[in-house]
Amino acid sequence: MNVQFRESTEAASPLTVKTAIADCDIHPARATRTELYPYLAKRWQHHLEVYGIHAYQGMMEGPPYPKAQPNASRRDAYPPEGGPQGSSLSFMQEQLLDPNNVQLGVLNPLNTGQGIRNHELSAALCSAINDWQIDKWTSKDKRLKASIVVSNEDALSAAAEIRERAGDKNFVQVLLLSRNVEPLGQRRYWPIYQAAEEAGLPIGVHAFGFGGNPITPSGWPSYYIEEMVGHSQCQQSALASLVLEGVFERFPKLKMVMIEAGFGWAPSLAWRLDKVWQRLRSEVPHVKRPPSEYIREQVWWTTQPMEDPERREDLLDVIKWIGWDRLLFATDYPHWDYDEPSRVLPAGVSEANRDAFYLGNARALYGIIA
Amino acid sequence: MARHVIAPVDELPPGTRKFLEIEGRPIAVFNIKGEYFGLMNRCPHQGAALCEGPLIGLAQSSDPGEIEYTKLGEIIRCPWHGWEFDVRTGQSYCDPRRFRVKAYPAHVEPGTSVVKGPYVAETIPVRVESDYVVVEL
Ligand code: FES
Repeated sequence: MNVQFRESTEAASPLTVKTAIADCDIHPARATRTELYPYLAKRWQHHLEVYGIHAYQGMMEGPPYPKAQPNASRRDAYPPEGGPQGSSLSFMQEQLLDPNNVQLGVLNPLNTGQGIRNHELSAALCSAINDWQIDKWTSKDKRLKASIVVSNEDALSAAAEIRERAGDKNFVQVLLLSRNVEPLGQRRYWPIYQAAEEAGLPIGVHAFGFGGNPITPSGWPSYYIEEMVGHSQCQQSALASLVLEGVFERFPKLKMVMIEAGFGWAPSLAWRLDKVWQRLRSEVPHVKRPPSEYIREQVWWTTQPMEDPERREDLLDVIKWIGWDRLLFATDYPHWDYDEPSRVLPAGVSEANRDAFYLGNARALYGIIA
Repeated sequence: MARHVIAPVDELPPGTRKFLEIEGRPIAVFNIKGEYFGLMNRCPHQGAALCEGPLIGLAQSSDPGEIEYTKLGEIIRCPWHGWEFDVRTGQSYCDPRRFRVKAYPAHVEPGTSVVKGPYVAETIPVRVESDYVVVEL
């Protein structure tokens, strides 16, 4: 009988080759504060050193994390060479992509330059992060695809960035955030939707953003746990706005991906919208069809976080309403609420649905051929 | 139940832990204030290497506004989703009914008894005059 000393901290490697998956929400991080400087004009490098970044929201100067775990990330995801979690490609390959057989990984960089008050700086930072995504990630690992980060409060420059990147196979979607200065359906954001529709790129709406509004509709909460669930409330109001302002009507080919805010609430929001729309239809005559129809036709959902009801069959009922062709598996690596691919689906899901859930839907939506 | 010698005592001082694989199982052994505890190093939630998390205390509240923080350094917090487990027993604090981590008894044995067996210590040279941390599984 052997007693082995395990000096290394890595998890035991899988015994069998796992089924291929897509991971539709991966967060790459910068290893150093100045890592974007090579992609920024000198003028903006100096600006950052002298004036820093000003968000719409207060309380941004101190670190918004740790939230639950350091950098809101798995404690075991610090790269061996140093730097924050998610900042090393080789460690991401070793910890996430290889052992889980990830065939397609969609990068969603956060805290990058969206939603800051100086719109020129915002546009410069977004463009820089997009160059950085190609240089550091997508050109080095063909499994990885980037989201076009845009200056969301300045729709014209955002649209220009989308047009510039359109057709570049490194990018598969446009990234917006759920917490903006105004609800996402408002006219000020429409140039973004127009450019995305023209480019044939889905829009990913990721939870977070610092638009200056509280995370809950009833004000600033006391606890991080309220912020965690607030993301779904925030996403619900964003989605209602997109439907009711007529974005889906005006841009019928636009595809939206709701990222990291759950999906268990989708049926009830759609039912409520449909019911109220029947009574108040004349207020929004540009919404020509029941809201649920737009949602089911034009909205996709990433899985992390998945609701975890006591009766696992309840989850399957919700998925049935949403459609097995609408869910995109996501781990949220390296963040602390990471989902382990082999542990998220209850038993009793057909093979066809599992394949769609783990890979097929993402490939179809993002146009990635096997 | 086999007994495994996992380290001489001075290699596992208070506040430290040791990761091992015994009979194919990932195990962590902790020295908490001179007492030894073994735990399965796999989180029952989604399988993280549980014992790589920090050792914290237990926050409890009898009433809103009343907070008691006890068991300092005796609660292991999972490095992924933060579920908390008692190192002494493997009991979970988020859902004690459904989840626990397997705990393995650990303690110190003098070299005299270890050398006589029935202990397994193939990778550690065992000397009679020393004390050893021993885990049972
Ligand atoms: S894997 Fe440990 S809490 Fe989720």
